[in-house]
Amino acid sequence: MTMFLIITVVVLVFLVIFQVAKASEYVSILKGEEVTRKQTNKINAFLMLGFMIAGFIGVWYCNEVLYHKTLLPFPAASDHGEKIDEMLWVTIWITGAVFIVTQFLLFWFAFKYQEKEGRKIFYFVHSTKLEILWTSVPAIVLAVLIVVGLKHWFAITGDAPKNALEVEVVGKQFSWIFRYKGKDNVFGKKYYKVIDEATNPLGLIWKDNKELGLKDDKKSHDDIVVQQTIYVVKNRPVKLIIGSRDVVHDVGLPHFRMKMDAVPGTPTTMWFTPKYTTKEMKEITKNPNFVYEISCDQMCGNGHYSMKGTIEVVTQAEFNAWLAGLTPAYKSAMANNAIPNSKNAEPVMAAAASINNKLIAQSK
Amino acid sequence: MSNAAVLHSNIGTMHDDHSAHHEHHHQETFINKYVFSQDHKMIAKQFLITGMVWALIGGFLSVLFRMQLGFPEESFPWLEDLLGKWWAAGGRITAQGYYALVTTHGTVLVFFVLTAGLSGTFANFLIPLQIGARDMASPFMNMLSYWFFFAAGVIMLASIFVQTGPFSGGWTAYPPLSALGDASPGSKTGMDMWIISMALFVVSSLLGGLNYIATILNMRTKGMSMTRMPLTIWALLFTAILGVLSFPVLLSGFILLIFDRNFGTSFYLSDIFLASTNTALPNEGGSAILFQHLFWFLGHPEVYIIMLPAMGMVSEIISINSRKPIFGYLAMVGSLFAIATLAFLVWAHHMFVTGLNPFLGSIFALLTLLIALPSSIKVFNWLTTLWRGNIRLTPGMLFAIGFVSMFISGGLTGIWVGNATLDIHLHDTYFVIAHFHLVMGVASMFGMFAGVYHWFPKMYGRHMNNTLAYIHFWITLIGAYLIFWPMHYQGLAGMPRRYYDYSIWESFKQFSELNRFISIVVFITFIAQLLFLINFFYSIWKGRKATNLNPYGANTLEWTTPINPGHGNWPGEIPEVHRWAYDYGKDGKDFITQTTPVGEEESTEHH
Repeated sequence: MTMFLIITVVVLVFLVIFQVAKASEYVSILKGEEVTRKQTNKINAFLMLGFMIAGFIGVWYCNEVLYHKTLLPFPAASDHGEKIDEMLWVTIWITGAVFIVTQFLLFWFAFKYQEKEGRKIFYFVHSTKLEILWTSVPAIVLAVLIVVGLKHWFAITGDAPKNALEVEVVGKQFSWIFRYKGKDNVFGKKYYKVIDEATNPLGLIWKDNKELGLKDDKKSHDDIVVQQTIYVVKNRPVKLIIGSRDVVHDVGLPHFRMKMDAVPGTPTTMWFTPKYTTKEMKEITKNPNFVYEISCDQMCGNGHYSMKGTIEVVTQAEFNAWLAGLTPAYKSAMANNAIPNSKNAEPVMAAAASINNKLIAQSK
Repeated sequence: MSNAAVLHSNIGTMHDDHSAHHEHHHQETFINKYVFSQDHKMIAKQFLITGMVWALIGGFLSVLFRMQLGFPEESFPWLEDLLGKWWAAGGRITAQGYYALVTTHGTVLVFFVLTAGLSGTFANFLIPLQIGARDMASPFMNMLSYWFFFAAGVIMLASIFVQTGPFSGGWTAYPPLSALGDASPGSKTGMDMWIISMALFVVSSLLGGLNYIATILNMRTKGMSMTRMPLTIWALLFTAILGVLSFPVLLSGFILLIFDRNFGTSFYLSDIFLASTNTALPNEGGSAILFQHLFWFLGHPEVYIIMLPAMGMVSEIISINSRKPIFGYLAMVGSLFAIATLAFLVWAHHMFVTGLNPFLGSIFALLTLLIALPSSIKVFNWLTTLWRGNIRLTPGMLFAIGFVSMFISGGLTGIWVGNATLDIHLHDTYFVIAHFHLVMGVASMFGMFAGVYHWFPKMYGRHMNNTLAYIHFWITLIGAYLIFWPMHYQGLAGMPRRYYDYSIWESFKQFSELNRFISIVVFITFIAQLLFLINFFYSIWKGRKATNLNPYGANTLEWTTPINPGHGNWPGEIPEVHRWAYDYGKDGKDFITQTTPVGEEESTEHH
């Protein structure tokens, strides 16, 4: 019913606009094209000025309403994030200033130099001085931006410190799997053809396989595999070794300002140092539900939007306690054929997982 | 009705005999005049109208997915009646439907509307008319170019109706998602049709592009040296060169993808285990990133293929309606050249977070920011052209000014996302959506509107209704800003693109109100576009007839043709050109056409 109403209103509005437009066309012919043009010119020039003023007010208002919903009011949660935020602010100020000046000039000129009887235009074909001016000034500003930017870029993409906690992150449609090194402090070998969804989702090489030419890698026996949630330590660098089991995914960490693709067949890495525990961040953001979320940022299929993981940033002591409670994947697989640590999944995760299953069923 | 009588009461007989002007009277049947026409003007109109149909479809798709984003909780039973269960079970857009919608929206708008619809229309229409040629170098190839485009469109349209749905992995079609039917239902038949359609489209744009280049280089009239060409022609030349050099690379990427999909090769595939079928694929050793390189080697120049024609037309329209020469003609040509060159050297800035070597990333960041230089030259030159002019705010001029505004707003955020460091944070968020929709989507659309309103009298010998045009402009300008400006903030919250539903995300769910607002503005702005369509088609048959050969007092050659030029454009000799196209307000004269010989007394600043 409302739909019908809306359609009727739209049609009526159209008819009115159309009739007005038609009538104005007749009027313009009676008055002559020249006169009409001058009249509408005044209206449009005035609207240009009005749009500029309303536009600037709108920009300010939009900021009032939306600023506190972004990440900017809160500190970045990683050292790299702080650099990115600093860079962001420099860029905001520079481009913001250019935005205001150029938009002002554009609409102001459109208003100020509207067609007027007897106005003589200024025949101005070119000016080398001006052109050098507005090539060199932007060039200098851009040079500053790029130098600062690349300094941070190399710091962020450079090698991780030696004491970094290494965690493997593997994306699949539509969830995340994580692996910690076991007691031996080495990741064991894996091969995608021995993946078993129920017991060995990463395809760790646990036994000899003549057919595939694989040799049991004892180092993989103590590796710990968890799903959905990982724990990392405050103020200790963490290095993620990122891979994918099927299509391209992306490990997106908005609070840490970090992001890296997960590409099947080509491991990638990313590192950062968390600055605040999840608990501290709840206080900083005044949001008791705050959680560091891992979002998939690369279109990966129909369940893309539900591909969510969680990072818990804790103290070293809490981390040690958590890790001690986990069983290596090999052991639990041999013991009871269950996915290790499924108890870690939170209710939301369970919901997301059920969506995933539905989607997978759909796609079949 | 006395409509026509009133509208045309002041028209004499001065141009009623236009059909008598025809130089060579080939037999004109309906088929060879309107369907398989080889007249560049008719082909331009075919591109334009086909592009408009696609814009309507592509725009409507965005209305549908904005319904999901704005009203994720509500159901609209009529949606299921309209689209069926696959798309909108229970009146809610499904996830598969949503991804099919965004993918098709992107593909259609980028390729069919803003490439074919924009440069296809105006390159065809303006090149022969503005350089003084009777037609394209090869009218036949030109006709083929349109019909390949048409065929591409038919196949794309058909793909929407296949059982497993159209391709739904994003317009960038990254493998393995696009290569594996088991990873996404859209990658089954829908993707086959998508690739075939795109391959035909590449053929179409190559046929067109080669023709444009050949025509511009070889068929200029006497006196039309390269530096006397209007900036539209320069822009269309660079556009064509970009297309000819980069589209084949895209095609090669697609061919490898076809092999991976159908013939068991492993160009892009490696180490894949699919949960949906519980199987490990045999492919090893491929690189998924290789496709992204091939794709963006076209994909980035494509952005300029879309932008440059709009820039060219805007330069022309701003100069004419400011009654002032374009400021810094050679700088404008130089910056077009710089943009076209840099276009080939920046593709990997779309791939900063793919695991690209950081050193390479730094080079691409540097080259990307360099593009800001020619871009800022263009903006400042447009501003200086407006400065101390005598501005006529015709509908074309309004959209040209709107273009500059959008180009500034969207271009400045290019400095954000082009800087690799910031891209780590902003990549694939709504910030990017805001950036590219403003700078290439809306801006180029504005360029297209400006071109249509401005050259409509030349196309159809009638005027469009100005009142409707003004209303269309103001709603569209305000609407576009209201839609895309707030998206910057969503991006600064890290909100990812291409999400069907944000309600399960603690970090992104705070925008539900904003999403509803944006969706409502989308609906209004979309409906306002119908004003343009109605105006366009109504005016073709019922518009006020053009009575003036040169309604804007412009200098370029297209206004020396009869009001309704036949095939061959000029009834007699092609006019000779004596000066550049921008002598407005020189020596106290309002305008001096290119065909006017240089007087002895004249000041000699630029010819």
